[in-house]
Amino acid sequence: MQERIAELRAAGEAAVAAATTTDQLEELRVQHLGRKAELPNLLRNVSDLPPAERGIVGKAANQARQALQAAIDARVAELAEAELDAKLVADRVDVTLPGKPEPVGGLHLLTRVRRDIEDIFLGLGFDVVEGPETETVHYNFDALNHAANHPARDPGDTFYLAPSPRLSGDIQRLLRTHTSPMQVRTMEEQDPPVAVVVPGRVYRPDSDATHTPQFHQVEGLWIDVDITLADLKGVLLSVARSIFGADRDIRLRPHFFPFTEPSVEIDVSCHLCGGTGRLRSGERCPLCKGTGWIEILGSGMVDPNVLSAVGRPEYDPERVQGFAFGMGIERIAMLRYGLTDLRTLYENDVRLLEQYA
Amino acid sequence: MKAPLKWLGEYVDLTGLDAAEVAARLNVTGTELDRLIHHGVETPETVVVGRVLSAEQHPDADRLRVCQVDIGGEEPSQIVCGAPNVAQGLTVAVATVGTVMPGGMKIKKAKLRGQVSLGMICSARELGIGEEHDGILALNEALPGAEDVAPGTPLTSVLEHADEVLDLEITPNRPDCLGLYGIAREVAAATGAELRPAPWTAAGAPAAVASGTSAPGPGEDADAPDPAGDAIDGFAVEVRTPLCPRFTARLFEGVTVGPSPLWMQARLSAAGMRPINNVVDVTNYVMLVTGQPLHAFDADRVAGGTLVVREAAEGEELETLDGTTRALRAGELVIDDADGPTSLAAVMGGARSEVHEGTTRVLLEVASWDGPTIHRTAQRLSLFSEAASRNAKGLAPEQASWAQALATRLLRETVGATRVGGTIEAGTWDPNVVAPPLTVREARVERLLGAAVSRPRQTELLEALGFVVTDAEPDAPAGAGTLQVIVPAERRADVTREVDLIEEVARLGVVADLEPTLPARRRPSSARLTPRQQARRRAEDALVGRGLQEVVGWSFTDAGAAGRLGLTADDPRAAAVVLQNPLSEDQAVLRPTILVSLLDIARHNRTRGVEGLRIFETGTVFRDAPDPTRPDMPFEHTAIAALVQDDVFAAKGLLEALFSALRIENWSVEATDEVAFLHPGRAAKVLVGSGAEQVQVGLLGEVHPRVAGTWDLPRVATFLVDLDKTLPLAPESRPFRPVGQFPDARFDLAVLVPDDVTAARTVATARKAGGALLEDVAVFDAYRGKGVPEGQVSLALHVRLRAADRTLTDEEIGGTRDKIVAALAEKVGGVLRG
Repeated sequence: MQERIAELRAAGEAAVAAATTTDQLEELRVQHLGRKAELPNLLRNVSDLPPAERGIVGKAANQARQALQAAIDARVAELAEAELDAKLVADRVDVTLPGKPEPVGGLHLLTRVRRDIEDIFLGLGFDVVEGPETETVHYNFDALNHAANHPARDPGDTFYLAPSPRLSGDIQRLLRTHTSPMQVRTMEEQDPPVAVVVPGRVYRPDSDATHTPQFHQVEGLWIDVDITLADLKGVLLSVARSIFGADRDIRLRPHFFPFTEPSVEIDVSCHLCGGTGRLRSGERCPLCKGTGWIEILGSGMVDPNVLSAVGRPEYDPERVQGFAFGMGIERIAMLRYGLTDLRTLYENDVRLLEQYA
Repeated sequence: MKAPLKWLGEYVDLTGLDAAEVAARLNVTGTELDRLIHHGVETPETVVVGRVLSAEQHPDADRLRVCQVDIGGEEPSQIVCGAPNVAQGLTVAVATVGTVMPGGMKIKKAKLRGQVSLGMICSARELGIGEEHDGILALNEALPGAEDVAPGTPLTSVLEHADEVLDLEITPNRPDCLGLYGIAREVAAATGAELRPAPWTAAGAPAAVASGTSAPGPGEDADAPDPAGDAIDGFAVEVRTPLCPRFTARLFEGVTVGPSPLWMQARLSAAGMRPINNVVDVTNYVMLVTGQPLHAFDADRVAGGTLVVREAAEGEELETLDGTTRALRAGELVIDDADGPTSLAAVMGGARSEVHEGTTRVLLEVASWDGPTIHRTAQRLSLFSEAASRNAKGLAPEQASWAQALATRLLRETVGATRVGGTIEAGTWDPNVVAPPLTVREARVERLLGAAVSRPRQTELLEALGFVVTDAEPDAPAGAGTLQVIVPAERRADVTREVDLIEEVARLGVVADLEPTLPARRRPSSARLTPRQQARRRAEDALVGRGLQEVVGWSFTDAGAAGRLGLTADDPRAAAVVLQNPLSEDQAVLRPTILVSLLDIARHNRTRGVEGLRIFETGTVFRDAPDPTRPDMPFEHTAIAALVQDDVFAAKGLLEALFSALRIENWSVEATDEVAFLHPGRAAKVLVGSGAEQVQVGLLGEVHPRVAGTWDLPRVATFLVDLDKTLPLAPESRPFRPVGQFPDARFDLAVLVPDDVTAARTVATARKAGGALLEDVAVFDAYRGKGVPEGQVSLALHVRLRAADRTLTDEEIGGTRDKIVAALAEKVGGVLRG
């Protein structure tokens, strides 16, 4: 009996060793260890043996069965590894093929630049506020110290709304030509100190490569008891460096705006030529046209008449003072992204927009 | 304003300064250079005086002549000339070989029909002087003394015909810089160069004329009263309006109208004005120097010898110089003579009294006007001539004296006119009323600018600009004194306050070297976007994350947009805000919905071959109805809207993402077939809240196929959400909710319900029946067709139950399932499918 067990074990082990697939091994398991196989039956019928043999045969059969099972398991593991390796080889793909297409989403370039500017000013301590795009002559011009004959009021420079029987009040309405009306609106609502930026859409009747009848500005206003022109320079220097790079410098160029006094335009040193006016090749810099400077915004100290127009004692121009500025989002976008024709921003060709997504 | 450099150099010593240096200094002190222009011949030194020795007919060309011209060489030069007036004996201007003409044409040795030509005999226009092109410029007629000039002499030594011109951008507050002398003053202050006395004063007169200097005659010094008094025989002026503070007139006889001297024509041309005749040229020349417009009447055509300045009546008519009859508005200013209106005051002269070829007597008007009134008239009539745009600034009455003085001298010198009588003065201006000086507090300068400027330095800067400065307390310590400042006439409108003087100090002496600082007082905490601003960014980012491209459309559209959307005239959305002065019909009104922009952009992209478009926009829309927060202004609100080339459920999926980003949970949709631009069977109102609190915040649906077709689009779906209504409903934060440690129980139900039962109602019924154990129930499939009876729909519900504190028992799960099934049967007629 024990010999038979040894035989079965040897035969089984030989077969297992010879098996080359996990499927064959499964067959071998059924054949040698399944319900109908001899070895398990030997074990099952061990009680029929004489008592003296039972222990010896049972132990031997059990050992043989366990050994065979272990041999199968080991061989299965071995073959499974090899089979997986083979499968992986067979599964190999050309990873240079394109990925599965995903819809491409993105913010419009103008939103990107606007958010960027908002974030820079938040970091400098400015709140972000927004205001209406239809305005009154009062907020757009009168309260901002525009003389009655200031050319900006002309229909060539301002879109006026046709009179409407549905609206009350005999007032002239317009599309705001700048975000500056929010200077006065903000000061009407808030006590000083005030530090706000106002991003928003504005309108002027111009249309060419560098002017569109609608465009976007970010207005800034900082009013407190001691805000100076030097502070204006410091704040806008920080802003210019945040936008155009840490090496940039700015210069103030005196100008005229009705709502600031003194007024200055801000030039930033050219980021393309490093302010030298010449490219490395020696060519004249096309961005700053060889001057080394690029005009980026208009600004100045808030005119006392604007503070007075708020009509609140908190804004007595003898007590508080500060600066205001207005920058064009499109202009920054043009400078930063090398755009040459503003109109493409409003054509919204998604193939162009996706370049910036 | 074009400032020819050599002309400018007559008023300020520019020795050692070239055009670029002058421009650079002006640029950093407040006068921006638009561009630097070279006027005239590019190589002026190669144009020489020549004498035509002979002019023979060209053997092979009827219209050409072969000339021998002495240009100073040993031999005469042969030049072929096509001008009809070329003739032996003429003194001419010759562009020699190598000359670069205006526009870049280079004169080369040439052969014209076989004849050698060594240069070009120039016309006035070719030299950049005026537009006359009838023939060559005969210097012997046009330039006194030219016959005595040796051939070969550079033309520049007898006529400054080419110049560098600074084209300056003059800001609206500086009408003084609309005159060359004003610019000269700026240049002097900006560069330290010496300003010469004004040409309308006795001290400035001799240098003021390039040729033929002479001592000033009576009335030619603006600083002195007219020795001839204030009357002219046969003429009277009356001003009947306060809108003309000063009106002056002088009479000149012995006038012969003809061309003005070449030097004057050359200067006018360089400054961008066309020479016309000697009288008109003097008025233009004087205007360019002083900034003050003048008007010359033919004195014999001023009916009755009287001029009356008055405000027009509504509808009155007048024929202006350009031959147009214009209807006037009440309050506009006219000048009458005895026959009625003869001039549109300060804007354009009348045809009737214009100077003409036969004029022999000139009445010269120089007046000051109310700027805004003139501005309005010029604006209304689109008549912004050089004169009108200056008068529209409201010039100082003193400037009238300057212009009369300088014009009087030039009319005498260049027209040979004789002044008769004195200077008529009318208007309310009183030269004896003097504005008090302005006070500048030294401390205020530092407080505003953030940089200290000493009183002596302030004084120096202000005096360079013509201000008269007195240190009120010379002994006051530094930082504590004040200055008393008298403002010169030409700056009176601009400089009225302390702060205006501080600006003058700043622009000349502070701005260039200002040390940047940051405000000393800053807020204690950092700034953040408001919750609404943050929510808006989240909403936009959610759509970008779902693969939508943001677009930025036009706020403008055409008046027909509402009609293309299928809106009837009584639809509130059809009430567009209309522009009074649109740029074009395509941009005549403001968009009533962002959908218009999205459809426009979708079409634009489709015609360029883009498929599967997914776009959105955040922006303002407008309606001609009172705004709830500003009743006298049109309604406007910020909206976010998306358009996808897909069906309504694609749009709804995006809307779900949007509300999820906004953390708004209690929103719902309700079918509607009442929105003209949406598919009547695939459209919904978007609602937030429930019961009495419920508000409609937008619309969802497929764009009506007819509307989509109008825009050449296939099926597209959209949602439109009013952010002004929605953002305030977005919670700032969502409280933490534990997901539960005990396992959930899930099962699906397929239930047949009648067609008119909505998924929302079925879900709500199930939810209510599920009670506290129900964590979630949602429809995951809706099926009609085979196996489903007509008029019914099979809804597949996925149900998830969970208790926070235990694992659910089979009894609990079964019981809840039974309750849901029973409720569906009872409330919505639901029948469980096999």
